[in-house]
Amino acid sequence: MIKTTTTKPKPEVLEAVIIRFVGDSGDGMQLTGTQFSDTSAMFGNDIATFPNYPAEIRAPQGSLYGVSGFQVHIGSVEISTPGDKVDLLVAMNPAGLKTNLHAVKPGHTIIVDTDAFTKKNLEKALYDKNPLEDGSLENYRVIQVAMSSLTKEALKDIKGLDNKSITRSKNMFALGMVYWMYHRSVSHTTDFFNKKFKSKPQIIEANTKVLNAGYYFAETLELIPNSYTISPAKMAPGTYRIIMGNTATAWGFLAAAEKSGLELFLGSYPITPATDILHELVKHKHFGVKAFQAEDEIAGISSAIGASFAGDLAITTTSGPGLALKGEALGLAMMIELPLVIVNVQRGGPSTGLPTKTEQSDLLQALYGRNGESPVIVIAASTPANCFNYAYQAAKLALEHMTPVVLLTDGYIANGSAPWKIKTVDDMPAIKNNIINKPTENWHPYNRDEGTLARNWAIPGTPGLEHRVGGLEKDKISGNVSYVPENHEYMTKIRAEKVKRVQNYIPYLETEFAETGDLLVIGWGGTYGSLYSAVKQLNEEGYKNIGFAHFNYINPLPKNTEEILSKFKKFIVCELNNGQFSKVLKINFSRFEFNQFNKIQGLPFGNQELIEKFKQLVK
Amino acid sequence: METTAVKKYTFKDFASDQEVRWCPGCDDYVILRAMQKALPEMGVKKEDVVFISGIGCSSRFPYYMNTYGMHSIHGRAPGIASGVKLANPDLSVWIITGDGDAMAIGGNHFIHVLRRNIDLNIILFNNEIYGLTKGQFSPTSLVGQKTKSSPYGNTQPPFSPGELALGAQARFFARIGGNTPKDMTQLFIEAEKFKGTSLIEVLQNCVIFNDGCFKNVTDKAVKEDKQIYLEHGKPMIFGKEKNKGLILNGLKLEVVTIGENGITQEDILVHNAKEQDPTLHQMLVRLEYPLATGIIRSYEDVTLEERENALTAQVKANSKFKKTESLFFSGDTYEVK
Repeated sequence: MIKTTTTKPKPEVLEAVIIRFVGDSGDGMQLTGTQFSDTSAMFGNDIATFPNYPAEIRAPQGSLYGVSGFQVHIGSVEISTPGDKVDLLVAMNPAGLKTNLHAVKPGHTIIVDTDAFTKKNLEKALYDKNPLEDGSLENYRVIQVAMSSLTKEALKDIKGLDNKSITRSKNMFALGMVYWMYHRSVSHTTDFFNKKFKSKPQIIEANTKVLNAGYYFAETLELIPNSYTISPAKMAPGTYRIIMGNTATAWGFLAAAEKSGLELFLGSYPITPATDILHELVKHKHFGVKAFQAEDEIAGISSAIGASFAGDLAITTTSGPGLALKGEALGLAMMIELPLVIVNVQRGGPSTGLPTKTEQSDLLQALYGRNGESPVIVIAASTPANCFNYAYQAAKLALEHMTPVVLLTDGYIANGSAPWKIKTVDDMPAIKNNIINKPTENWHPYNRDEGTLARNWAIPGTPGLEHRVGGLEKDKISGNVSYVPENHEYMTKIRAEKVKRVQNYIPYLETEFAETGDLLVIGWGGTYGSLYSAVKQLNEEGYKNIGFAHFNYINPLPKNTEEILSKFKKFIVCELNNGQFSKVLKINFSRFEFNQFNKIQGLPFGNQELIEKFKQLVK
Repeated sequence: METTAVKKYTFKDFASDQEVRWCPGCDDYVILRAMQKALPEMGVKKEDVVFISGIGCSSRFPYYMNTYGMHSIHGRAPGIASGVKLANPDLSVWIITGDGDAMAIGGNHFIHVLRRNIDLNIILFNNEIYGLTKGQFSPTSLVGQKTKSSPYGNTQPPFSPGELALGAQARFFARIGGNTPKDMTQLFIEAEKFKGTSLIEVLQNCVIFNDGCFKNVTDKAVKEDKQIYLEHGKPMIFGKEKNKGLILNGLKLEVVTIGENGITQEDILVHNAKEQDPTLHQMLVRLEYPLATGIIRSYEDVTLEERENALTAQVKANSKFKKTESLFFSGDTYEVK
């Protein structure tokens, strides 16, 4: 039943390990991966996760394009990415093995469900021969387990359990084995069953039984060569939880609403991968959240503009093609100078592109994708956990500067999860707003704050401040429609100046690893973890001449950007697009020469490809 | 709305200082004045009134009202107005739109706002033409109509706004000629009183690009014979002599003359605007002769805000979360020491 194709290696204490669970979409790989990562986080490891699933809900079983995967990187050291090459692959079928084998480090472990390696499944995975038998896996340690039959066997005494439920729980057998291998307790997962299936005791019993069966199977039969230990990581003291980027984004807005004393309004239309923000916010009616699922993207942003006009903290969430649809309305919000946050969880484009894959190719759309001179604040979150801070910050900037803010995240950080040291509203900076409650002498709707240039916010229901706004050009003071040529030029410039002045209210850019040197690695948004860990590794290898600068503020850019750039000889701008941020830098800082490293595969950067590229530039 | 006494306004209180710039003779002036006269009768505070419009001649309307207002973008007023009302249900929110704005570029929003039944009021200025873009056919233009974009005659069959609206579950639909200021003022007041989305279609003449488009039914000389002004609970009688009426013949409405063929007033249908079943309202909306005006349908139903508020109250009552902090610390958290 079980064979290992290589000899047993020595037991080892590991600093970090990368595990990938793959199977059919429907095999429960996301759940399996989440359970393992949550358990490890609670044990004290630092973690990063990356789900990777097909765009179809249930692609045909066993097919190569129907493979769903979940990768988790856990460590006793700082973990900043889910990693690229894996130490352990758990493959529930041949298609999963075929599509993921390239990611397994040579000499490392693969666990397969031998029951799934049927003639039919092998054909579906386009295998000519069974890879378990033809010697093609001899560079790996392959652990073959008849998981489906062992699961059936474990459940034979539970009466009335249908076949589907039995088959479905084989993922827990795999999880049990992995728990044993990495010295993890099953208790977090059994607690989870007890909560999740409260009303279905039979399902609790079945899942628990299979999970334990997998665990004891691994332990008793000594067929898995050894188990590993990964000590808790050194993390700042505090209370943590594992959070997904989209949840963190939603929570950042909740905190901003509470801090600002305004009610939160979300107008949104479902689109992958942004929808989870809507899913999260609709739950929180107890905080007075008004979450409105509109008939389309345009109605989503329109309702948010209406809510903002009426005095709510208004946001709209979307992904690439949705931002395209919202463009006209975003221009209106910018023109009438109302606070509004537009979250764009970027995905592979253009058009429908790669809906479930990550990319950073909406940057220029966010900056310029509107008619006319239409500057807005553009900021980008860079990790699943800091989506919380940047959502909060987006709301703060929108309210304090009376302008739309585009918050860019991407599929990679939105779906990925990591430990979040919980922040409370008290931890967060104050949020002012520009609401006025009564008329002052000579009041006008376009009176501006001298510092920020934000106009005042007069809300319907306030006596004496009745006024009209609209998309037509405004007189610089009264806000009435004006076609005066000089006024249009003045207003165009002041709207741009208002956004430019945000520079005075955002943090300076900082470099990591080196303040001056031969090469500055430049990134923005969701690639932070990949770039950080590559530069860190090089630094540890002795490359002290490589610095790293990561941008979260894109428009305006931090005030000291040029100063930072002037301290390095070479630059490489790394982006998951064809060079959009490097264009922005070239326009703004033309005296520097920016090298580019672009990847447009719907995938995050891999560690090795970055390291090789950086080494070439400093050799 | 708060119960504090509302100041007694006059129509002047609702006129802004902006110069009105519609073409001389346009029915839009009639509608504007009717609104300025209706508002003081509604018992709403000036600061609680919000006009939201899209794009088109009609959509300049908010600029001329001394209330809160937003002249927005093509067809999107329903979305914006929905956001305003959901953010602050105490406001009296009005959508000003035209046949192109509401039914072409904003068609999707138009049907959905009616379906949801938020307590808003929509005034649809229907002139069967695109005025502001200078004379192209609209979704209500007739087949064969010659316009700038249909020089050989329009080939696209038109929407009937009322039929479309009832199909989208409109609970309140009224229709009125653009030259009927008194009735119009009254309809605006009725629309405000109605709890739910109310839609008033105004048959509004465009003096420049579609002059006389409704004259066959709205001209003073023919009006009484060509229109039936419906009132809830009253028999469906019309005509200069008040001797014509509507009866149901099988599945069709039929015009009959009282005193002829043994027809008496008893045989005439009595208008029930409050009936939930829209079948008869649909038939009235479709009727070409006489053209039905007045409040055709006025069926009060639960509004979206009521549903939302009830749900929010229920969730609040059952929630353990009072502040965001309690959410953040809930569930699977762990300590690092």
